[in-house]
Amino acid sequence: MSDIQPMLIDTATKIMKDICTKDLISNAEEGEFPQELWEALKETGMTSIGVSEESGGVGGDIKDAMSLLKVAGKFTAPIPLAETLLANWILGVARLPLKNSPLTLIPALKKDRITFKKVEDGWVVSGKAQYIPWARDVQDMVVFGKTSDGQQVVTTLSTTDCQINRGQNLAGEPRDEVHVPENLIENDRVAIVQNLTYEDICNRGALTRIALMAGALENALELTLTYANERTQFGRPIGKFQAVKQQLAVLTGEVMASGIAADSAVAAYENSGQNEEIAMAKIQVGEATKAVTNIAHQVHGAMGFTDEHPLHYSTRRLWSWQDEYGTDSEWADLLGDKILEEKSDVWSMFTESPRQLT
Amino acid sequence: MLKELELPIVDLPKETESLREDVRSFLSAELQNGSFETRCDSWLSGFSADFSRKLGERGWLGMTWPKKYGGHERTAFERFVVTEELLAAGAPVAAHWFADRQTGPLLLNYGTAYQRQTFLPKITRGELFFAIGLSEPNSGSDLASISTRAKKSGGQWVINGSKIWSSGAHHAHYIVVLLRTSSQGEKKHEGLSQMIVDLSASGVTVRPIYLMTGEHHFNEVIFEDVEISEDMIVGEVGNGWKQSMAELAYERSGPERFLSTYPLLSELINLLSETSSSDHAKNKIGKLASRLWTLRCMSLGVAGMLDKGESPDIAASLVKDLGTQFEKDVIDVARELIPSRPSMHAETKYETLLAEAILHAPGFTLRGGTTEILRSIITKGVGYNE
Ligand SMILES: Cc1cc2nc3c(=O)[nH]c(=O)nc-3n(C[C@H](O)[C@H](O)[C@H](O)COP(=O)(O)OP(=O)(O)OC[C@H]3O[C@@H](n4cnc5c(N)ncnc54)[C@H](O)[C@@H]3O)c2cc1C
Repeated sequence: MSDIQPMLIDTATKIMKDICTKDLISNAEEGEFPQELWEALKETGMTSIGVSEESGGVGGDIKDAMSLLKVAGKFTAPIPLAETLLANWILGVARLPLKNSPLTLIPALKKDRITFKKVEDGWVVSGKAQYIPWARDVQDMVVFGKTSDGQQVVTTLSTTDCQINRGQNLAGEPRDEVHVPENLIENDRVAIVQNLTYEDICNRGALTRIALMAGALENALELTLTYANERTQFGRPIGKFQAVKQQLAVLTGEVMASGIAADSAVAAYENSGQNEEIAMAKIQVGEATKAVTNIAHQVHGAMGFTDEHPLHYSTRRLWSWQDEYGTDSEWADLLGDKILEEKSDVWSMFTESPRQLT
Repeated sequence: MLKELELPIVDLPKETESLREDVRSFLSAELQNGSFETRCDSWLSGFSADFSRKLGERGWLGMTWPKKYGGHERTAFERFVVTEELLAAGAPVAAHWFADRQTGPLLLNYGTAYQRQTFLPKITRGELFFAIGLSEPNSGSDLASISTRAKKSGGQWVINGSKIWSSGAHHAHYIVVLLRTSSQGEKKHEGLSQMIVDLSASGVTVRPIYLMTGEHHFNEVIFEDVEISEDMIVGEVGNGWKQSMAELAYERSGPERFLSTYPLLSELINLLSETSSSDHAKNKIGKLASRLWTLRCMSLGVAGMLDKGESPDIAASLVKDLGTQFEKDVIDVARELIPSRPSMHAETKYETLLAEAILHAPGFTLRGGTTEILRSIITKGVGYNE
């Protein structure tokens, strides 16, 4: 843990708890960008946390970035914080100037390809990408793509140069389609990167979803415990019934397991730069999502199923995030394949230094 | 996160790496020379006094205890590594298990100098085995309702009553018995004490209760006017409930709570890797690996807290609840992925391990506190006020 972490979590919690009201979240889902929230985080430097100072960030490590996202997930902060942190990290790696405004990154899906072509006075970039978070709300997008001879290239594009078709995920978060028409970009805004692949981005992307989900799971737990204490049926709080208690305990177990899986994945990734633990943590939070969303909604009764009650802000996000940057099944396939192909016994996988999944 | 649910991330210290290697080479040598066969649930069913003695010789029993009692003053994490390697290999550790896990720490916390000197060095040498005498025919989940009692008579205590489900009592030398030393007061938890009883003493009868596999692990232990001297009382008279509960965090959170069927999982992976396996199989294996890894992180986190003297009751209960569900999931996945004819006398290792796992599984979610009881502890702990 870096020195700034406890303070960071405190500050972020305070800001988000105050600002992320039910109204704000629901307005955001209606399309109103919560500028006030963004400004508050920007002022404290949280939008470039995890990017070193020499690359233009505010420093801190990936653990700091992920603990911040846990808080964002817990309070349902309806802003592209994960995307901005990812995008700024890519800019840092590419040694391009960071941005202080909200960012997103392209592509989000593996199948989408953005191509770069070197021309005399710069680069021509073009392509189409789907499911781009928050594209409509940002001015700039960080684009990762390839040239025909396989070089990996990063640039930033202004959204005004692209066509954006709106889309959204289950939680009403923007997931837009972006057409990048042939754009000419000056040389100094483009960087060729040697050691940054789409897989690297996907690994980090998965980590952001793990952190956000761990936070959202915590919120579902807290809401459910409160509700079970307050809601009375048959003359006593429903949480007094054995059957309900059993369910609450299962929910609690999954949330705790997800919390430590998230922290452990970040720690392992930081130590080794490899992704087996990311796979395992992504699977864990995905599995937890099933149990936790089922139980939380069941315990809340019909109330939790309504728009009025805040539970769905967390559960709809869990249902969305679980499928982003690799579904838990895709990660499980990859991990299982590794184990079976290498005849590695799982035990040595855990107890010896990790290896990269490809 | 709710405070009760926060667990530290524990990175095993570097020193544990060579220890792990030592344990592995020891185990593979033992497997080669046929001193044991890999089994599921070996911490209950793998009884071998010889094997326990060999572990004692290597300094792998009583690892964290003070040297003056024969211990090795090693860290909780070193013990964790040895324990998990033994379990993953399905090694026969049942003989010393309870003494090493529970009785030793109990005596170190509450025992007299005499008791420590008498029992601990022999335990660390793998020569002395203990059984746990908590449950009774009419008291399982409601443990405080026990009725075995000890009455003072002259300088002695005289015990009457019976204990049940006492694992390994037919092999063990002693049993630590929770009993009533004064009649039940306002609170059921009051008036309970712990005593060490020699299983060969007169008035003690150990009656076998066979498992559905036909194996003998359980016993009923009957006490008829068994005389106990004052120096076999553990801790304070009347403090038995608190002392027994303190043992439980150790009992519930260790790697034995998610590794009982690991030998089956390992053999399943071996077999699947020999053929080209389906995507479905890969997916299932990937998911089990994720869960096992998560459980191990949790269990290590609890070990870290115990090492610092904290008592993570809720976290320990959660490790056991999730861990024992996982142990059963391994069986379901194994049955699903490889059609087989499991039997305790099967020709293949896989089918034998599967049979052991299936037939032992009902006990996983009962022993050490049932799932239902654990879940009550968990909800109480996270803020549901009774
Ligand atoms: C393999 C194995 C080894 C064991 N080894 C030992 C040992 O060495 N020493 C020892 O002392 N004991 C041992 N036990 C006993 C074990 O601790 C008990 O089985 C356990 O505490 C449950 O008690 P019981 O079997 O009497 O079930 P009961 O308490 O009768 O429970 C029956 C069912 O009712 C449920 N139930 C009971 N009360 C409640 C409640 N309040 N709320 C919700 N559900 C409830 C239980 O969860 C369970 O499902 C062992 C058990 C097993 C399976």
